Amino acid sequence: MDEKEAVKQIKEKRSDWEKHVYSKAIKDSPERKSKFKNLSDIEIKNLYTPEDTKAVDYLKDIGFPGEFPFLRSVHPNQYRGKLWTMRQFAGFGSAEETNKRYHYLLSHGETGLSVAFDYPTLYGYDTDHALARGEFGKCGVAISSIVDMELLFHDIPLDMITTSMTINGPAAIIWAMYIANAENQGISKDRIGGTIQNDILKEYIAQKSYIFPPEPSMRLIVDTFEYGFKNVPKWNTISISGYHIREAGSTAVQELAFTLGDGIEYVKAAMQRGLSIDDFAPRLSFFFNAHNDFFEEIAKYRAARRIWAKEMKALGAKKPRSLWMRFHTQTAGCSLTAQQPEINIVRVTMQALAAVFGGTQSLHTNSMDEALALPSEKAVRIALRTQQIIAEESGVTDTVDPLGGSYYVEWLTSKMEDETYKYFDKVERLGGVIPAIEKGFFQREIAESAYRYQKETDANQRIIVGVNRYKLDEQPSIPILKMDEKGEERQIKRLQKLRKDRDDAKVQGYLLHLRKAAEGTDNLMPFILNCVHSYATLGETCDILREVFGEYKEQAIY
Amino acid sequence: MIKKIRVLVAKPGLDGHDRGAKIVARALRDSGMEVVYTGLHQTAAQIVNTAMQEDVDVVGLSLLSGAHMTLFIDVAKLLKEKQMDDVLIVGGGIIPQEDVPALKKAGIAAVFGPGTPVEDIVSYIKKNVKR
Repeated sequence: MDEKEAVKQIKEKRSDWEKHVYSKAIKDSPERKSKFKNLSDIEIKNLYTPEDTKAVDYLKDIGFPGEFPFLRSVHPNQYRGKLWTMRQFAGFGSAEETNKRYHYLLSHGETGLSVAFDYPTLYGYDTDHALARGEFGKCGVAISSIVDMELLFHDIPLDMITTSMTINGPAAIIWAMYIANAENQGISKDRIGGTIQNDILKEYIAQKSYIFPPEPSMRLIVDTFEYGFKNVPKWNTISISGYHIREAGSTAVQELAFTLGDGIEYVKAAMQRGLSIDDFAPRLSFFFNAHNDFFEEIAKYRAARRIWAKEMKALGAKKPRSLWMRFHTQTAGCSLTAQQPEINIVRVTMQALAAVFGGTQSLHTNSMDEALALPSEKAVRIALRTQQIIAEESGVTDTVDPLGGSYYVEWLTSKMEDETYKYFDKVERLGGVIPAIEKGFFQREIAESAYRYQKETDANQRIIVGVNRYKLDEQPSIPILKMDEKGEERQIKRLQKLRKDRDDAKVQGYLLHLRKAAEGTDNLMPFILNCVHSYATLGETCDILREVFGEYKEQAIY
Repeated sequence: MIKKIRVLVAKPGLDGHDRGAKIVARALRDSGMEVVYTGLHQTAAQIVNTAMQEDVDVVGLSLLSGAHMTLFIDVAKLLKEKQMDDVLIVGGGIIPQEDVPALKKAGIAAVFGPGTPVEDIVSYIKKNVKR
């Protein structure tokens, strides 16, 4: 019997089943909801069969791991070879305190580092800047100069471990500090590996830690692409991020569509500069959220791989590696509850499992206490142990893409892909990603979804355990991380000493070179490296660029 | 005609997390209040200036960066200095329970954490607005 005939028979049989079996069953056991919908508002049917995936051609649309369209995995043997990198996003207080946390995490089996910077650092201000008031070390570590960078990675072998740094506006400067610090330790640029987030488009769209306007920001990013493949070949020069789009309230479909759309925008910008796609594309990486709806998340990652491979091919990429959608995942911070914080461990387990079924290359699992404060040691250790249990005990790592071929998962994967292309068309009609940002398109879409989610939660249409059902009158209290109160004072003293001890003429000279270069069209990375090597601070270096490039101001939409 | 309650929703400091502030701003507006949203990256002085210019009855502060103990208190102090003691100040964000008593003492009348239904915020403001 051929496939068409089989699907036809299944369709007929299904219709019988609906009429004679299902309809009877729901009389005895009425359905809990009139409609079942996932977080992207996609209606979910009672059952999926080969009829729902009849348009999917295995060899063309699914294929084999490590081969186009990479739906199942970018690596042929996936976790049977190397497990994902266990990479906990961490940073608080001073560089010394955070360094201690890194050693703690590594000693408990973490396999990669991920730096969280505080707000002044994210905006390119030194710790003693007026706008840094109250923010020192609060939601990340403060890094104002290469001296802080040195303390942050004290006793960590930079040629052995990869580091991801969540930094965007001043990404080129912070990256330069990392490179310069490695060089000072005798480790050359081609031996270090890691990632800078460096994704400014999603800052305008969702996360809002932008500094410069779009045009010079895109130039800086393309500068890092070019400098990276020529000099720091093991470095991922961007992590194109949906995580923050989702945290700001988007649906999974919006996260997928806006992120891949941003990715294509970066590729086009680099190609416009004259870079060859196969030079820089192998070092593009992605970052997604893992939220509550288990299958929707899995479908999202799988769809992302297929869409990216197709789009990159269409843009002319030839190397297989240029087609790979490699990604980091973090479980959804916005899904954590301040109520009954211990139950977040269970949520995070489900979310992490979705990321692993989705084939993530690296993973951060949130700590149970993060709806209250930065994680305590105990909370972060349990979060790491969650990954280790999934990796070592559950058996889900034994085969590649274990959910591939599930009628539901394949249907949902294709559905999310279709919805993504609808968004691509919308953005195209608005003139592309940057014009759409300037028109507030993404911001409005996200705000609408966030508001709808809140309304549905408040109306008990979405159940959040411990928040709108299964509540406790008394909240259990859990210990909160305490930071070293002397950290800020030490940091400011260190900064003052650095400004006093360094060769100021040299610093001013390099800053002037940077200004001239910024006014022209040269790649700025070598100029920035000279600045940070000579102990120019983050704020001083960034101020030069602020003066030349100007600052971005957003239109607030709610 | 009853005067509409005027609310300033403000984001002090460098924090860019504006999901909650926007949801609350919209919910307050939908409940019939007049809402002014400052947008991001406001200093305490800017917030207080806007509060004066807009002649608001309520200031709602949102912060998820952990800087609330400095920045919320800065705003409360400055409002007092400007003789705007009759403005109701409320706050929200990632705020540990143990910080709440000190915030209340400084003049933040209520602190709303994650998971608060927006209706609770609306009714709190309606009940407690002072002018």
